[in-house]
Amino acid sequence: MSGAAPAILAEEGHFPPGTDSFNYADWFGGLPKGMITTITFMVFLGVGLIILFFMLANRNPKLVPTRGQWIAESLYGFVRNGIVKDIIGPEGLRFAPYFATLFSFILMMNVFAIIPMFQISPNSHIAFPAVLGVLSWLLYNWVGIKKHGFWKYIKNSCIPSGTPIGMYPIIVPIEFLSNLILRPVTLAVRLFANMFAGHMILLVFTLGGVALLNAESVFLRPVSVVSFAMAIVMTFFEFFVQLLQAYVFTLLTAVYVQGSLADEH
Amino acid sequence: MMFGSLSVIGFGLSAIGPAIGVGLIFAAWINSTARQPESANITRPMMFVGAALAEALALFGLLLAFIQNKPS
Repeated sequence: MSGAAPAILAEEGHFPPGTDSFNYADWFGGLPKGMITTITFMVFLGVGLIILFFMLANRNPKLVPTRGQWIAESLYGFVRNGIVKDIIGPEGLRFAPYFATLFSFILMMNVFAIIPMFQISPNSHIAFPAVLGVLSWLLYNWVGIKKHGFWKYIKNSCIPSGTPIGMYPIIVPIEFLSNLILRPVTLAVRLFANMFAGHMILLVFTLGGVALLNAESVFLRPVSVVSFAMAIVMTFFEFFVQLLQAYVFTLLTAVYVQGSLADEH
Repeated sequence: MMFGSLSVIGFGLSAIGPAIGVGLIFAAWINSTARQPESANITRPMMFVGAALAEALALFGLLLAFIQNKPS
């Protein structure tokens, strides 16, 4: 261990990737710090691509859909029927456009993590998942308050039906914290941590491969092939995780909205 | 001499529980689907919700492993 580690690390010092690997330089010096970086550029590019794709796909809708229209329709149909209708029920269909937007936005942002030349997801910075989490929080609280009124909604979400009165001092704070405070935090942190860990794993195997290739010992250099192969395998695994996280974020938001709309909690 | 961070050991410990939990969730889903294949579509979203909730705990551990005071 003590002999091998410095021999690998001797080269550039890039190798153990840390939180610094997520910082990107500003494109233009004069603007405020962090205003236009690769990250923000990716967000604008992603939003533009989504808008363009859906507008082009539905510009001239046909009864027998073309390929693009079919993709757009099945994406929307998946969110509308597979998530919103199944979880919230017919009452929630008015939210289907929001959920479809949420799903495609998160998916696009996540997939940037494995698109060559970008290779990082904007969602691996906590700012973007945090905004999405706060949006979901506003949505399900607004829906619940609008349907039940403020105090009834608070009561519904803090006191599960059938709780004995003696248990209130324990149950109410827990339910209040978990239902009204911690939900956006867990939503945001789940998405953020998945993207963060994915980027870190890819960095470990790719930069580790480079470090092994530059190792002083000749016998260590062929091992880099294993490292690069693992990087490729992990890229496919990351794609699966990205799909799953976009699905889970949308699904959990739908579950929360359903909980707010339900009469008895 | 060894390099590394003690917090990574903490992350390893915090990953045990969620790993067992996620395993149980998927095992239960496979079980129920084997017994009643037509219920697969009804239980699939619940499986993902459960897996996501359990997995979040391990991810909190991962985040906390990265929070540290930099010896500057």
